[in-house]
Amino acid sequence: MITAAVQEREHYLNASYGIKSWLLTKDHKRIGLLYLATITLFFFLGGAFATLIRIELLTPQGGLVSSETYNKLFTMHGVAMVFFFLIPSIPASLGNFFLPMMIGARDLAFPRINLLSWYLLVIGGLFSLFAMLAGGVDTGWTFYTPYSTTYSNTWVIATALGIFVAGFSSILTGLNFIVTVHTMRAPGMTWFRLPLFVWANYATALIQVLGTPVLAVTIVLLFCERVFHIGIFDPVLGGDPVLFQHLFWFYSHPAVYIMVLPAMGVVSELISTFSRKPIFGYRIVACSSLAIAVLGFLVWGHHLFVSTQSVYAGMVFSFLSYFVAIPSAIKVFNWTATLYKGSISYATPMLYAFGFIGLFTIGGLTGLFVACLGIDVHVTDTYFVVAHFHYIMVGGTIMAYMGGLHYWWPKMTGRMYPEAWAKLSALVIFLGFNLTFFPQFILGYLGMPRRYHVYPEEFQILHVLSTAGASVLAVGYAIPMMYFIWSLRYGKLAPANPWGATGLEWQTASPPPAHNFEETPVVTHEAYDYSTVIGEVIEVG
Amino acid sequence: MASQAHVETLALREQFDTEAQQKDASTLGMWIFLITEIMFFGGMFLAYTVYRGAFPMVFAVASSSLALILGAVNTVVLLCSSFTMVLAVRAAQLGQQRAIILFLILTLLLGGVFLGVKAYEWKDKFEEHHIPGPTFHLEGVATDQQGHAQLFFSLYFAMTGLHALHMVIGVGILTFLIFQTRKGRYTADYMTPVDVAGLYWHFVDIIWIFLFPLLYLIDRHMK
Ligand code: HEM
Ligand SMILES: [Cu+2]
Repeated sequence: MITAAVQEREHYLNASYGIKSWLLTKDHKRIGLLYLATITLFFFLGGAFATLIRIELLTPQGGLVSSETYNKLFTMHGVAMVFFFLIPSIPASLGNFFLPMMIGARDLAFPRINLLSWYLLVIGGLFSLFAMLAGGVDTGWTFYTPYSTTYSNTWVIATALGIFVAGFSSILTGLNFIVTVHTMRAPGMTWFRLPLFVWANYATALIQVLGTPVLAVTIVLLFCERVFHIGIFDPVLGGDPVLFQHLFWFYSHPAVYIMVLPAMGVVSELISTFSRKPIFGYRIVACSSLAIAVLGFLVWGHHLFVSTQSVYAGMVFSFLSYFVAIPSAIKVFNWTATLYKGSISYATPMLYAFGFIGLFTIGGLTGLFVACLGIDVHVTDTYFVVAHFHYIMVGGTIMAYMGGLHYWWPKMTGRMYPEAWAKLSALVIFLGFNLTFFPQFILGYLGMPRRYHVYPEEFQILHVLSTAGASVLAVGYAIPMMYFIWSLRYGKLAPANPWGATGLEWQTASPPPAHNFEETPVVTHEAYDYSTVIGEVIEVG
Repeated sequence: MASQAHVETLALREQFDTEAQQKDASTLGMWIFLITEIMFFGGMFLAYTVYRGAFPMVFAVASSSLALILGAVNTVVLLCSSFTMVLAVRAAQLGQQRAIILFLILTLLLGGVFLGVKAYEWKDKFEEHHIPGPTFHLEGVATDQQGHAQLFFSLYFAMTGLHALHMVIGVGILTFLIFQTRKGRYTADYMTPVDVAGLYWHFVDIIWIFLFPLLYLIDRHMK
């Protein structure tokens, strides 16, 4: 058991005190926590907008807010959630904290750049926040031209600049991760001994580094167009508004993989740990992350099936979109194969992992529906698409993020969360999620367009179900928020390796010392080799 | 190998175990940064390609209104600056402090000349009404195609402007390096900053090598 003496041991949290020791820290663990706090704020901000949207959609008349305000609500919901929560979410918080530890390093390769990237996210966030408070923006998170360049009278520039700055935060995180994985691995940590979470973040980093600059230049052109009317996207001068869509989706389709790849990495860790088996087909799962990163760059045209793109281009993009589903499917099959004859425990993180697999599968399969030219012409711009991507981004990514938070919470804070409450809220989140978004598939299939707040009365019952689900979901997210904070003080003290997991991060104390390891670990085994686990396993209800 | 961080120096930050590891990391970091730069400029090259493909004749006419001589001179100036940058890196490898400073200053001056010529060219464009906007007018292009000509100039300003911005940042970096060298920060064993700054400078140079023919030399033979 943990004695008082151990409790007073020096670790990264008590190594220094005061606000400055946090705001000027170069410790990747502390920066991870700064990110965690920042994205949590944006998550609840985006959630507030979502709440207003769902309340508005309770009734078909659209009486609560004006159409203009409604446009702003869904835009600001999308901007906050995509650019300031989902994109940074897992890599910048959990990745920052654990990637160096998992490869046995003392820190990332460039700690000061790491801190800089957090500041960039905050500055970008403040820009966008300012735009929201000053009156909002109403173009949709996609900023399609010519509306965004010519017609919208809202705070397009400030919001876009915020996203531009936050983009550099993402680029720098990616750059840091790539260099770190290449140059900072502990002795014996070969590429094919890396935990799959590291592989997933590495593949994500490739996308961040290759894709985000294209978003940046797109925003620069948007800025020039809106401010100087240079004509790039303006048909009057011979420009083409659809060029914007190509540039935007060249980033934003790969960006959906920035959001989901790290989640897949988390799930690989969880599935292995809680079935006490190495991931089935480890190498294929590792390489499928890279395959997703590469193929993800070749399918952006599936967002332009009805945007004057030629039919032949559409067919090619449709075909390639089917292709990109293969590596995702490989992962799902290999996770299920890992479970087979595993010694499975149903701890909270594992519940989230199960949730991820089920919901991601639905999201991915409906992705194939909408990637099919004929079906997409019917369901594009309807709630079907909204349901598709929420199944992946909320049902997939946020599930995995919650799973990862619970899994690594003991390591980050040195405290256990309350297992019973955690299980309950995992269940509430799962039910609430499905009640919110499953009706939206039906709504979309029946023809309810997205981004409208006035709708025919026959759709009301499904909208009411969805709003009811959203309320359940909100409760589901509020409970962990409370018990996580509670646990910081009252949670049971966590041992070094509460789950009997194999990663290097578990071979040091909880919370870890400032330099992660007392001695640089030397790796002599493959990843997920459970014959090597030492350390106590505590019973979890 | 002890994990306890050693005493931190410039040549060996605490997260690294060896100087070689730190140098590898810095160099790889700069290369990846340059890849992001390629993607960044790539968006503009794409727009250029699309519109040049759409309006080839107008682009040719607009291109031939640019000051070819000035562009060519600037190309030579930049190539020379890359050469002096290489010499600065070489001097750093050999640990010759004074030579580093000399060559960095030369590079800085050549960069300054480039920016000066560029500014002069832009000023000319202003006087000739080649700035995109309500007063835009280009001789030799039909009225209904003035818009397309304006697109060329929008791209011209966006691309050379972005390039010039990178030059300005480069000048800032060189100045910083000169001061650091004077403080004796770089030795034959530790000169990574000079090395990676060199990579950056050459990259900015190469961008211009692409911009020059694409903007100045379209269909020169047609005339
Ligand atoms: C399994 C592979 C996937 C395929 C084949 C796929 C396919 C598609 C297609 C064709 C569309 C366009 C539908 C339309 O606008 O009519 C779409 C929309 C979308 N997908 Fe996916 N998808 C996949 C995975 C994902 C993932 C992993 C994410 C996020 C993490 C995601 C997020 C989105 C988003 C955000 C949109 C809507 C964008 C908008 O118009 O606002 N998709 N998907
Ligand atoms: Cu897509």
